[in-house]
Amino acid sequence: MAEQPAPQPTSPADPTGPAVVATDPDVDLHLPAQRAELRAHPALLLGVIAAGGALGACARYGAALAWPTHPGAFGWTTVAVNTVGCAAIGVLMALVRAGRLAHPLARPFLGTGILGGFTTFSAYAVDVEGHLDSGRPLTALAALALTPAAALAAVWAATAATRGLLLRCGERRRGDRRR
Amino acid sequence: MSWLLVILGAAVGAPLRYLTDRAVQARHDSPLPWGTFTVNTAASAVLGLITGAVGAGAASTRVALLVGTGLCGALSTYSTLSYETLRLVEDGHRRLAALTAAASLLAGVGAAAVGVTLAHALWG
Repeated sequence: MAEQPAPQPTSPADPTGPAVVATDPDVDLHLPAQRAELRAHPALLLGVIAAGGALGACARYGAALAWPTHPGAFGWTTVAVNTVGCAAIGVLMALVRAGRLAHPLARPFLGTGILGGFTTFSAYAVDVEGHLDSGRPLTALAALALTPAAALAAVWAATAATRGLLLRCGERRRGDRRR
Repeated sequence: MSWLLVILGAAVGAPLRYLTDRAVQARHDSPLPWGTFTVNTAASAVLGLITGAVGAGAASTRVALLVGTGLCGALSTYSTLSYETLRLVEDGHRRLAALTAAASLLAGVGAAAVGVTLAHALWG
């Protein structure tokens, strides 16, 4: 599938044009702005990521306290946290791509910080390993397959929905201008 | 107190993921998400070690909150992994997307197993 054209007119926030789009929402060194961001404001950038990460981790910890997983049980809370976080990154990156979140600290704070701190891969991996270790291979297999399936479905659906909404908003705005 | 431990761990883990991702990308110019692969595998190994240590009574729940929930939780990420996989699919690299996703999952579970085994060997 070819890269979808960015909504017209092209955002002034992305001087490299629609051809170069971040692949890695944490940081993508192919983008000159992201390559330069650490050297420009190291303390501010890392501080913003740390603050976002702490907020995201607190939300995840709060979810674990509200819906605790008993030892040996299926880790539904981690599945839900990761699915919600993957839907949110889909919305966020669609907004960033459309130039709707032009502030240079928006992606580091929201994407790298909050959503990176909220979602977790290590708890997922240890959860699967724990089921395997305790002689529950079927539960391990279900845990192994469910999170990536839910995560990919969430990021795909959220990306598509946000792009659709942005396109519709853009059309309405152009229609208003013509009137 | 437990919230403070999670906050402290995550405030280190999230910037560490950003810096590791930068360092890996600077050394390997690849369309494949090796930076995310690195942090996720490393965090899974450390969380496996901590989980094993807590199970053996060698580490307290405070250590688990600081290093496990906070640091490993924020160092690893599912949102970045899933977005990168989606982008590989959108760019037409379906097979590559499936392969890297499968490699990430297996490496993560394998690393967690190594961590748990190491903990059992050390404190079991």
